[in-house]
Amino acid sequence: MGPLKKIIYNCRRATFLIEKKLIDRLTLREKMELRIHLFGCSVCRVFDKQSAIINKMVQQLFKAPKDSGAHLDNNFKQELQHRIEDELNKN
Amino acid sequence: MLATSLLNPHKWVDNHADYLYAYAISRISDDEQARDLVQEVFLAALEKADKFEGKSSERTWLTAILKNKIIDIYRKRSSGLNNAVKVAEKEQEDFFYEDGHWREEHWPKELGFEDNDPLHNKEFNHVLQRCMKKLPELWLAVFTMKHMEDEPTENICAELKVSSANFWVIIHRTKLNLRACLQKNWI
Repeated sequence: MGPLKKIIYNCRRATFLIEKKLIDRLTLREKMELRIHLFGCSVCRVFDKQSAIINKMVQQLFKAPKDSGAHLDNNFKQELQHRIEDELNKN
Repeated sequence: MLATSLLNPHKWVDNHADYLYAYAISRISDDEQARDLVQEVFLAALEKADKFEGKSSERTWLTAILKNKIIDIYRKRSSGLNNAVKVAEKEQEDFFYEDGHWREEHWPKELGFEDNDPLHNKEFNHVLQRCMKKLPELWLAVFTMKHMEDEPTENICAELKVSSANFWVIIHRTKLNLRACLQKNWI
């Protein structure tokens, strides 16, 4: 298989480059490779779009702990504050 | 002597407990462990209160302590022999043919979230969280650390003892599995 055909055929490699692109940066060569591949591969273009969105969604999950509605019950909190006061009084 | 002018431990629970708990639970998905962590953070903070210089806010400081404890948990969870990694790797061996071409039955398909904003779609978030829980611990640890605070890659590699090459393999495989899981469960 020639080098160009390898690039065009290798979706595994293309998806790897997509991931690398999202967190780091690609070398010039890698950029070219990915561009050529995506030009001819609609399946990987879908992956490319989805992957970026998934990252955004995941970051959103971590950035918005307040919106999650998760909270501690009052008993636990009271005990916790007592525990802190005890420690403070020790000193 | 406590720098009471800078820290107010009498108000810690009121001011920060829910925030810290929500922060922890979104990252470790274990209710009991998240509660324990909140307690541990406050106790650890009391011990090193004299080192607090007020350069950051009280909450930022407490959150940093929590973050380190969460990384400890990741390290513990993902150390040792990991059978789950093998299973997950096996699962995606079928994604591609040997030459790297997608197998037709695993082609990524449009799922309807590509063009509109799914960020506030609660149901989608649930599916996403369920799919994340299926990942091997080490993969989840790497993935979470990368995305939760945009932790530098070198730190993640050092903390979790993975090589830089392996880091990229994990990032790639995690996304392949996660995306496939979304496609399977989100219709």
